[in-house]
Amino acid sequence: MEKATTILNLTEEEFVHPGNRACSGCGLSIVYRIGLKALGKDTVLVVPPSCLTVLQGLYPVASTKLPCVNVTFASTGAAATGVRAAMRALKKNNVNVVAWAGDGGTGDIGIQALSGACERGEDIIYICYDNEAYMNTGVQRSGTTPQGVLTTTTPIHGKLQEKKDVPSIIAAHKIGYVATASAAYPLDLYDKVKKATTISGPRYIHVHTPCPPGWNFDPRYTIKVGKLAVKTGLFDLYEIENGVFKLTGASHYLLGKTRLPVSEYFSTQGRFKSLDAEIVKKVQQQVDAKWATY
Amino acid sequence: MHIIESGNVAAAIGVKLSRAQVIAAYPITPQTPLTEKLSEFVESGELEAEYIPVESEHSAMAVCIAASSAGARAFTATSANGLLYMVEQLNWAVGARLPVVMCVANRGIGAPWTVWNDQQDTISQRDVGWIQIYANDHQQIIDSVIKAFKLAQTVSVPVMVCYDGYLLSHTYMPFEQPEQKKVDAFLPAFAPKHFLDPENPGNFNTVTLPDIRPDVDGNMAPGYIEIRHNLQEDLRAALDTYVTIDNEFEKEFGRGGNPFIEEYRCDDAEFVAVCIGSLSYQLRDVVDIMRDDKVKIGVMGVQMYRPFPDQAIVGALAGKKCVIVFEKALSYGNQGALYADIKSALYSSEKKPRVHNYILGLGGREIKTQHLLDALAQSCTSPDTFGDSPRWIGLKL
Ligand SMILES: Cc1ncc(C[n+]2csc(CCOP(=O)(O)OP(=O)(O)O)c2C)c(N)n1
Ligand code: SF4
Ligand SMILES: [Mg+2]
Repeated sequence: MEKATTILNLTEEEFVHPGNRACSGCGLSIVYRIGLKALGKDTVLVVPPSCLTVLQGLYPVASTKLPCVNVTFASTGAAATGVRAAMRALKKNNVNVVAWAGDGGTGDIGIQALSGACERGEDIIYICYDNEAYMNTGVQRSGTTPQGVLTTTTPIHGKLQEKKDVPSIIAAHKIGYVATASAAYPLDLYDKVKKATTISGPRYIHVHTPCPPGWNFDPRYTIKVGKLAVKTGLFDLYEIENGVFKLTGASHYLLGKTRLPVSEYFSTQGRFKSLDAEIVKKVQQQVDAKWATY
Repeated sequence: MHIIESGNVAAAIGVKLSRAQVIAAYPITPQTPLTEKLSEFVESGELEAEYIPVESEHSAMAVCIAASSAGARAFTATSANGLLYMVEQLNWAVGARLPVVMCVANRGIGAPWTVWNDQQDTISQRDVGWIQIYANDHQQIIDSVIKAFKLAQTVSVPVMVCYDGYLLSHTYMPFEQPEQKKVDAFLPAFAPKHFLDPENPGNFNTVTLPDIRPDVDGNMAPGYIEIRHNLQEDLRAALDTYVTIDNEFEKEFGRGGNPFIEEYRCDDAEFVAVCIGSLSYQLRDVVDIMRDDKVKIGVMGVQMYRPFPDQAIVGALAGKKCVIVFEKALSYGNQGALYADIKSALYSSEKKPRVHNYILGLGGREIKTQHLLDALAQSCTSPDTFGDSPRWIGLKL
């Protein structure tokens, strides 16, 4: 394996201009900045409506130094397919075609186009930043919102259903590379994106992305909250390469160690305010059972 | 070279001759044989293109939009519910000013399900900003596809080439297949000024504010309304552009004329039957019969519906005694859309004809020549007794 990137040898080249429109403490702005560093200049981005649309700026100003096409909400996987098809038709090789979408754009409205692209084996990288709700429209529940979370469409009891496991759905398409990452572990993310650029076919990276206003925590705690999700074993960092699953980075480090209780993660965010003890207990059991299989 | 083929295959050959580079489509009757043929062309190597068998029409148009944004010539085809499933994308393609070309084999819309021909699918999309060309026979299908690619990339607006499902898509007719060499001379490669390019990065379809706004150099950039105004202006200007393109086409291939309307025995006519699509050829038979009975009648097919060629239409119809508009579509709750458009175009002309509206053939109901004859006879004998609401032909209530 390549040596892990460190802060000392991380490229200094930036592809996101400073002063963009993300909220302070936005996990996405970390993920985006680091991800683009890993992708490099020869990249075309495909972006559906989401917080990323806003982060990119308002016409005629753009915050990204890479070519980027904004597309409709449900079409990201297909649009990336189209960019790649054009690149092939025009004999332009060596371009990363990268779809970059939110969890709603990926696991809900966009899942059909993404599934189609994976099944067809399209040569694209798909990065989903999972802030666990529709943030751009003001924090409504999405399929990937965890159980019990207060959103503007689950305002009193919290979401009744469990989080949709999107990376597993994508992995079921048997594509060559599926990985998870977290905004709280940017170098791990960097290396995974970098690795993705060396593989062809569909590649999918699902990034846990804390969102201060949506999750209701102080913007200074973005990294802390993100790390807690990993250290409690709720969100795991892994790679599935050619069907082989392995935990990576901070999650791999947790193997054989005692994890922090999930309640510690829940207590950092206002969105879990209405969680009852029953659910906390159930989630803890689910996490323990999941880790028993690792 | 003349060949005998179906309308769908005529369209497919037109796409091949136009050297489409990215094709994405999803099956739906009666368009399906067109995309089957294109996949065969691509698989056999006859056409060097990317064929993407997408999982939906929404995605088909997404592929075309993205491929076109990246600088490739893109094509798709659909019918009825497939067209409606891509409505969001139709709007996106035109707003992004992409020269995508799409064939639509016209079909009625569910519910209830129907696979048979009418024109509700494309007529219902008249306001999205796509250019709409309607072909009346196989020669017009293949020629229109080639012209459509040129028009689309000249004015940066997507173009629909529409033809009646089954009546044209599945019938066989002889037509001349243009030579590849001549098509290449007529239709230059697609070379857009702006495309997705890592060497010259740009952000496409960015959120745009209501008002104008300076860029980083202080130059004013348009707001949303200016961008939309430009689209309208460009669409209106596309009428003249299409005339030029049609003239060039005639020089190269020997087929031309008025690209907006197709008139038959209209010169001295007092009465003119008007419609869109293959029905205009059926109406010619009726006109011939009535001419034998000394009725001064002609028929006019409308071949471009958007942008609306109002001048050509007013020029052809002003001064006539009565214009009878037959439609296989309806603006539900009002009247036929073409009827309303024609009335509005004639409003400011000094010699306004009477205008009548008939709705017929919805969901593939057979249009009998006798029905057309009866309807026209009524209109011609008592042009003043018609109200403004459409009459329906062939109803069995
Ligand atoms: C077809 C369609 N439906 C709804 C919307 C409104 N909309 C824009 S962004 C968004 C939510 C995006 O959520 P997600 O993908 O999770 O990204 P986030 O905003 O959380 O970054 C919605 C519902 C839209 N633009 N298009
Ligand atoms: S709402 Fe959340 S994801 Fe969106 S910009 Fe703000 S912090 Fe980032
Ligand atoms: Mg989200």
